[in-house]
Amino acid sequence: MSLTETLDVRPGEAANLILRQATVLDPVAGIDGVHDVVVRDGRIAELAAPGEGDADGAEVVEAEGLHAFPAFFDPHVHLRTPGQEHKEDVETGTRAAAAGGYCGILAMANTSPPVSTAADVASLREQARAGASVPVGFLATVTRGMEGKELTEMVELREAGAVGFTDDGLPIQSARIMRRALQYQRLCGGTIALHEEDPELSGDGVMHEGPVSAAVGLAGIPSVSESTMIARDAALAAYEEAHIHVQHVSAAESVEILRAAKAAGVQVSAEASPHHLCLTDEEVRSLDPQRFKMNPPLRRESDRQALIEGLRDGTLECVATDHAPHQAEEKEVPFEQAAMGVTGLETAFAALHTELVLPGTIELGLLVERMAGGAAPFGIERPTLALGSEANIALCDLNAEWTVGEDGYESRSQNSWCAGRTLTGRVLVTLAAGQVAFRLRSFSLGVAA
Amino acid sequence: MKHLLAIEQLQREEIEAILDRAESFAEVGRRDIKKVPTLRGRTVVTLFYESSTRTSSSFELAAKRLSADLVSVKAAGSSVDKGESLKDTVATLSAYDPAAIVIRHPYAGAAQMVAGWTEASVVNAGDGKHEHPSQALLDVYTLRRRLGSLEGKRIWIVGDVLHSRVARSNLLAFQRMGAEVTVCGPPTLIPRGIEELGCEVSHSLDRLGEADVVYALRLQQERMTESFVPSLREYAATFQVDTRRLNPRQLLMHPGPVNRGVELSGEAIDSPQSLMTEQVAAGLVVRMAILYELLAGGERPAPVSDGEGAGRPTPIGQPA
Repeated sequence: MSLTETLDVRPGEAANLILRQATVLDPVAGIDGVHDVVVRDGRIAELAAPGEGDADGAEVVEAEGLHAFPAFFDPHVHLRTPGQEHKEDVETGTRAAAAGGYCGILAMANTSPPVSTAADVASLREQARAGASVPVGFLATVTRGMEGKELTEMVELREAGAVGFTDDGLPIQSARIMRRALQYQRLCGGTIALHEEDPELSGDGVMHEGPVSAAVGLAGIPSVSESTMIARDAALAAYEEAHIHVQHVSAAESVEILRAAKAAGVQVSAEASPHHLCLTDEEVRSLDPQRFKMNPPLRRESDRQALIEGLRDGTLECVATDHAPHQAEEKEVPFEQAAMGVTGLETAFAALHTELVLPGTIELGLLVERMAGGAAPFGIERPTLALGSEANIALCDLNAEWTVGEDGYESRSQNSWCAGRTLTGRVLVTLAAGQVAFRLRSFSLGVAA
Repeated sequence: MKHLLAIEQLQREEIEAILDRAESFAEVGRRDIKKVPTLRGRTVVTLFYESSTRTSSSFELAAKRLSADLVSVKAAGSSVDKGESLKDTVATLSAYDPAAIVIRHPYAGAAQMVAGWTEASVVNAGDGKHEHPSQALLDVYTLRRRLGSLEGKRIWIVGDVLHSRVARSNLLAFQRMGAEVTVCGPPTLIPRGIEELGCEVSHSLDRLGEADVVYALRLQQERMTESFVPSLREYAATFQVDTRRLNPRQLLMHPGPVNRGVELSGEAIDSPQSLMTEQVAAGLVVRMAILYELLAGGERPAPVSDGEGAGRPTPIGQPA
């Protein structure tokens, strides 16, 4: 299904503009070259030879030296509404997404109360139509109130528009309930996205278990807490021929299990988060929970390398931010007491470009592909720059250097893992669902750059 | 040195400076009037979020011996009970312009955070399972007095290393002073990866005879219900340091409070090779030295060793 068939966005004016002499890169569509990208009535009308595109009275964006990518898709965002609007809401969260170059996001259901009824979904969709800068879809919980005991009314939730299901924030501890959900999926469809963790093994852990946790005296979350649950659920998904999506993979063992499961034909997709791809548990020596406390935790360099390899060979088909806003008072406390999670929407592309592409670890094309790879696992068409498609474009300056947080955030929260870092590469303009969703203030449209 | 937050941040020279200073305070302790005017007119706040006998009383007495004004805040019965955040509590206390805040907190990194919120010098009196630097310093002081130097000495830290901030600080401090450290305990109570700190790991007391110093740790009763050990009885049978396992030339230490008959036998505690009362006495002079180094260390006058009169107590009402 197309982006806007499944997701909701505030209706607005269809974009009419031309990106003059942009370097256009869409590896999946096989587009790689300098073009005038002509957007008419919100659609990609033409990929003309440089300088040849007919402006026809539309805005002209001088894009020489800038890159146009298919806009990104994030299948893992916490919008915090209902109940925790002091951290984020639909409006601020989708603004942050737009600033990060995203044309679509999926919101998690671990709100307060959790999204467990059709009425919850309907209300959120209404909010999205009223105030979302980019299309947003909502997942509902797998179990009522995320209690892990009884299934939600999954058929009705799907009819109300739930894109899929997740108890993210918590694992589904009971194998029996997990199996029932997978069986029921045959009736209602909808990918089940899984936070994989065995709470028995995680205990009161707050960081990766290893030499750093030993050195700083923080209780550890072992890698096997994640990998054993992925192994269980991959086996259950194979048995029930169901489709699962594994969220925020963090450990090398997990990547191995996913690779083997995929090779065996299990319908399993998986994501990695920018912070797990860029950082290791060495950061936790600082005992700074604002930037470095999240679940799953930052792990060893060997885990990070395994994630990068997974991104390369497609074991991990997408990047997902796990954007988890928290207010200062929930983070300005000692590490063990602090809330888990960091924000990531506004910095994901820039951070991965800086940390993985510029040093030559991965190709730019691979990053662009993985940044939009989160749509397909949920049955949503991948954003593309192919002629005739709805305009979902991220226009980026790959040379722009900026310091994260210097000009504030679009998000309501400031717990960015990149805070204070200087990144190279910045989103200047985002087109989402045929509308202009974002323009960087310092880059004004219609004026020669 | 502005703060004392972790042994991990200290160089050997800084440790030695504090120990040397402590030696000079030991001399003050032998006088009739055990007080020096060094910190007159300055305020020391102790802020304890966890129960403590040795650490809190010795820091308080250390501040008084240095003539500082002392404010002792215990979490129980304070505005912490009313839900005040650590940051707000520190802001409140900082309004009194204290020279030092001595903090104990159940969570790692608390002292370091406090240091970012106040102008005062901050002393970590124990933060979660992270560090307890003043304990490590007093233990090194005690051993240095006994052995002269820790260089090349073999020290075994025995017991619940996983849950012990003392184990972490002491491991680092002993290593900084040139000792070779082995941590010993059941695999459930030894943190995974600790060997990367440069220590050896043993799960048996068989080679305990190699040690010059045996440092035993407290085993809390609740570890049994959490299945870290099957029973206190089995733990004691396997890991209790007793006079049968100790040889007479070995020194025995423990940070206190001891579970008699669990990690140590009563006989071992009371044996002449036990340094436990010396450790407690060292706690006072070392904590005086810590406060001195942080609050007056940049100034030239030493409190006692500068000859006649320099360390003489100042009568009330007269300038120091």
